[in-house]
Amino acid sequence: MHINNLIKNLFRPQFSFHLNRFNQLLTVSSILLLATQGYISKPTAEESFEAYDEAVPGTSFSLEMLPIPGGSFMMGSPESEENRQDDEGPQVEIMVDPFWMGKYEIPWDVYEVFMFQELEKRYAEENGGLDAAKIPSVDAVSRPTPPYLDMSFNMGKYGYPAICMTQYAASQFCKWLSAKTGHYYRLPTEAEWEYACRAGTTTAYSFGDDVSQLDEYAWHYGNTNGGYEKIGTKKPNPWGLHDMHGNIAEWTLDQYNPAYYASLDKATSKNPWNEPTELYPRAARGGTYDDDPEMLRSAARLGSNPNWKIHDPQIPKSRWWLTNARWVGIRLVRPQVAPAEEVQNKYWINFIEDI
Amino acid sequence: MNKNLTMNRRKFVRNSAVAAAGGGLLISQLPVEASAYVRGNETIKVAVIGCGGRGTGAASQAMSVDQDVKLVAMCDAFRDRLDKCYDNLTQKHGESGRIDVPEENKFVGFEGYKDAIALADVVILTTPPGFRPIHFEEAVNAGKHVFMEKPVATDAPGVRKVLEVAKKAKEKDLNVVVGLQRHYQPSYLALMERIHNGEIGDIVGGQVYWNSSGVWVRPREEGQTEMEYQMRNWYYFNWLCGDHILEQHIHNIDVANWAKQAYPTMAQGMGGREVRTGPDHGEIFDHHFVEFHYGDGTMINSQCRHIEGCMNKVAESFVGTKGRATTDGKTEITDLKGNTIWSHRSKNDANPYQIEHDRLFETIANGGELLADAENGAKSTMTAILGRMATYSGKVVTWDEALNSNVSLMPETFAFDAQPPIVPDENGLYPVPTPGKTKVISTKQSQ
Repeated sequence: MHINNLIKNLFRPQFSFHLNRFNQLLTVSSILLLATQGYISKPTAEESFEAYDEAVPGTSFSLEMLPIPGGSFMMGSPESEENRQDDEGPQVEIMVDPFWMGKYEIPWDVYEVFMFQELEKRYAEENGGLDAAKIPSVDAVSRPTPPYLDMSFNMGKYGYPAICMTQYAASQFCKWLSAKTGHYYRLPTEAEWEYACRAGTTTAYSFGDDVSQLDEYAWHYGNTNGGYEKIGTKKPNPWGLHDMHGNIAEWTLDQYNPAYYASLDKATSKNPWNEPTELYPRAARGGTYDDDPEMLRSAARLGSNPNWKIHDPQIPKSRWWLTNARWVGIRLVRPQVAPAEEVQNKYWINFIEDI
Repeated sequence: MNKNLTMNRRKFVRNSAVAAAGGGLLISQLPVEASAYVRGNETIKVAVIGCGGRGTGAASQAMSVDQDVKLVAMCDAFRDRLDKCYDNLTQKHGESGRIDVPEENKFVGFEGYKDAIALADVVILTTPPGFRPIHFEEAVNAGKHVFMEKPVATDAPGVRKVLEVAKKAKEKDLNVVVGLQRHYQPSYLALMERIHNGEIGDIVGGQVYWNSSGVWVRPREEGQTEMEYQMRNWYYFNWLCGDHILEQHIHNIDVANWAKQAYPTMAQGMGGREVRTGPDHGEIFDHHFVEFHYGDGTMINSQCRHIEGCMNKVAESFVGTKGRATTDGKTEITDLKGNTIWSHRSKNDANPYQIEHDRLFETIANGGELLADAENGAKSTMTAILGRMATYSGKVVTWDEALNSNVSLMPETFAFDAQPPIVPDENGLYPVPTPGKTKVISTKQSQ
């Protein structure tokens, strides 16, 4: 649904028998009719293209967004690059349109508001009231089932990156945030991610080729203690983005295909997106605290696989949680020009049952 | 060594004539029942009793082993659950030819388990835990090997039944695997080997946790009988589930027993319902905190909570006279100053849920040491029930009085039009235990 319709639909009166996750009847008063004030006009290209803070309505949290100018770059790595893998080539010239990107990975603080509608309400009462919080109704945006385990695995919660969500869950988070803010958020494509990570550089890392500098910019296996670290505690890349290399890998929107670059031509190399049709593998980027330096390179690619849910004993497996991908999370993008209605939903990807 | 060393097993090994280290029971005599799988035979036939998410998962793992296996029968109280399970298994394993369940081998209702068990060599018991003693008894009496999920009962009479049947299973050389999968998980096996080798000295204390944000709720639907509603929303009724201290937290409590190589002698604790207080939350608590006292004076604290927005943790930590062992975040052993002595990187560890079935079917097919998890499964079930008795009553409860209690939670009659053992008041609310008042022990002979 179009973002404007989404916003309108969030607050449809619901007289049917609706239950929240605690199975208390959602009263009509808790599904406030905000259509009158919930309309936020679509961002346009005329809107100033600068850094901004997106306050998450009904909370004390805000998300810093940085402008990433459109342009072209060579995606992939040259054959001369040390530790290069075959899936990083052939290099191909790509053009991307401008977008804003999250300065940081999404922390648990904000992800939990999406996870737990009760928590969202509680925060709202302390931060401007339920009306202003623009809480999406349960049938406008799906929310995660409660995880059976503690998905931070005791590595830290507040100020630390949210992890273990499926690509679908990450995408639904974007939809939820879009509904609340009226701005169109989604995951980056692999091309957008690499473009932003390189920030104009052509070297293995956005600070150059010298691995000895990696510790200044990134958390990886060699300088962590078996877990992630707080977001934004290392130096940013030239465009001001933190933790693009390491800490946690970040979901992109693509089906992972090692031969994808070879398939691109002049026509398809503008804003390319390998739209997913299969549950596995999907592409995550950036490398993690559990990886060695070569996986943190700008061009390095990672495809998901069923082992990311190895400790999920049920069938169908959770559509929301990856019990064993304890190093994959979310970084948002917002296209400078929000796409057309039919495209918006496509980028919030559909769910495929995991049997 | 991948062994589930229960106290009893260790004693048996020590006291038996089998001198070889690690030598246990060998399959010497096969049961003579016609229905039992005989090694060297062709296909191993499998039945699944309880076709929910976990039942489907376990059946899928059974269908993924190296041996020649076939799913031949299914049973569930509900047709829709059975159908969904069948569809998912067919989608996943249909091409292998291993799903072979004709309509007449799909059994629906409370009694179907008998027919399903009769058709198989191995049965998977994955209904809500309250039914486990009944199903386990039927399976062993019929001479079948068993995979059963934890917990294995919800009350003391059920535990005693499982202990009795566990003996019978051993006598009949029937393999029994219980889904306390940490016993099959490489990181835990490595840690326990070190603990049992004395690397942290004698264990003098510990903490075990399952603090999380809770599980699903299945709201009441139009036209359901009370029995059907409780069967669907089973997590919140003790005769079916046993409360989350048992249904989930048993994993961590069992790890405490495993580390100590003992079972507690008494428990005391506190708990209640702080947040989950609605009509759809049945009778169970949403938090428990229990001291488990072991015979040597060691006290291990257990906490479990199902409340959103709180500190969450699923882990175990033990303090010994020489060091500490923990699975909290990382699986590691430290000295008493906190320096890491050893840690386990589980990046490429195999799936413990799959290992359970690999070992079960491998042993059935090729012989080797009998898998006999039921006794420890029953005693760890009893430990968690002991904790529940302590929090519900607010009293000190000893192991012996708990195990010998005649308080049965189960219904008299299993039928969708029968009355469950607990029913709601006019507001739809169920009676909830009150510490200081609730009686959890009865030694009166019930008829």
